[in-house]
Amino acid sequence: MGADSNQMLLRIDGLFKQFDRNVVLDGASLNVPRGSLVTVLGRSGAGKSVLLKCLADVIRPDSGSIHFDGRLLSIGDASARADFRRRCSFLFQSNALFDSLTALENVALPLEQTTDLSDKEIRERSLEALRQIELEAHQDRYPSQLSGGMQKRLALARAIVTRPELVLFDEPTAGLDPLRRNAVFAMIAKYQRQFGFTALVVTHDLTEALIASDRVALLDKGRMCFEGTPAEFSASTVAMVEDFRDSAEALGRTLAAIRRGEALQSEDS
Amino acid sequence: MLRAIGRYSLSIVHELGDFALFTGQSFRSALGARRLGRRIVRAGFEQGVRCLPVILIVGMFTGLVLGLQGYYVLNRFGSESLLGTLVSLSLIRELGPALAALMLVGQAGSALAAELGIQRNTEQIAALETMGVSSHAYLITPRLLAALVVYPMQTALFVTVGLWGGSLSGSLLLGLEPGVYWSSVEHAVKSQDVRECIIKAVTFGLLTISLCAYHGFNAHRCSSATGARAVSASTTRAVVQSSIIVLAADYIITSFLV
Repeated sequence: MGADSNQMLLRIDGLFKQFDRNVVLDGASLNVPRGSLVTVLGRSGAGKSVLLKCLADVIRPDSGSIHFDGRLLSIGDASARADFRRRCSFLFQSNALFDSLTALENVALPLEQTTDLSDKEIRERSLEALRQIELEAHQDRYPSQLSGGMQKRLALARAIVTRPELVLFDEPTAGLDPLRRNAVFAMIAKYQRQFGFTALVVTHDLTEALIASDRVALLDKGRMCFEGTPAEFSASTVAMVEDFRDSAEALGRTLAAIRRGEALQSEDS
Repeated sequence: MLRAIGRYSLSIVHELGDFALFTGQSFRSALGARRLGRRIVRAGFEQGVRCLPVILIVGMFTGLVLGLQGYYVLNRFGSESLLGTLVSLSLIRELGPALAALMLVGQAGSALAAELGIQRNTEQIAALETMGVSSHAYLITPRLLAALVVYPMQTALFVTVGLWGGSLSGSLLLGLEPGVYWSSVEHAVKSQDVRECIIKAVTFGLLTISLCAYHGFNAHRCSSATGARAVSASTTRAVVQSSIIVLAADYIITSFLV
């Protein structure tokens, strides 16, 4: 248990969450090793974002347990939750940048509000984060004046400026074209190694996840139906994994069937 | 029918309790807030400087109208010399605090409700919470504390401009001696009138800003709409309820202080 808790930064056991009668998480469990990049895959509506929001305390799970660095995060233990929040950052799918603040002010915000650093130190650390993410030249621009990719990088700069041990990424590539998807995953992998944080990413982009991640999990109907390395995922015979893996081929087969049907119809007429 | 009335009554009580808790939490959050001073100044600028033109314009026209109407009414009894008394007491005890608060609700309150609603919709409030920043301390507390200072200041400005408006219409347009007007103002206004004015301004500021903040902050709980429509609905509700509560609170405070 001791060695396990040293190795595992985050452990989720039997997380359950339902909205009205709709069960979204049905006993989801996951282990996130320290210093790794773990990706949770799943179809849209599988409960990936809810899982992440339960971790970030945006949504309260109905039951189940979350251990961070060996410590149980229970509702009653405010100090454990405060410690978790201090050591964890969350990158929202929508970036959730403050549109009335400049890029520099956005990055400085968590330092201003959660630390006792002086104004000078805050400015230096914020500029350093912007420099590392190659946005220093845009420090005085508002989020609306930045491109989608730049906004994503700015959100990452804000997430890492407090030097967290764990960063949660909610669908970081949603709505992006393949080139940008690659770029965002490359950025996550690069900065994860550069800053040494543990990354938990939820996405439905299989190809990028298999290339960039150390470990992969597949969430289906609120449960983890697979957890392992990308190589193990590629070789897995679990039905859901095969379905997910073969979705591109399945699309090809469906399209071929549709075309065959159209051909038959034209022959009939 | 009875069940529907009961359910509606319970929902009102629930919302009142929720609103009281929201306001209480916003004040309590001041204790642990960091860099609160700057945010109060910023909120003061939003509520004060940006609302200045509307306060000046409405204050001036209110004074002008009061001067005109007051002069014609008093003229019937040969008491034009009491115009200053009528204008000053009407403005200080009633119209100043109430109209200034209504103008501030229309300008600063609606902007606050819409801004918070959008921040809720775009997950900016959730982002604050995940950073370990109290959204109450960061977004609501500075606005509430600023309102406690800005509302009385704006009311004082409204009353001052209104008195000048009354003087303009009474003296310049209708020929009343300026000295008579200002002398009756000086003799009419007592310290308890000013105290009533300040009590009303502070109460209206507290009630309206917390009500607007409450509706904007909880825009996602709007049952009749989602997204942009929820923001629009919560802003409308905030302005309507704030306007009603200003007049209701005005009546209650007046009935206690008169």
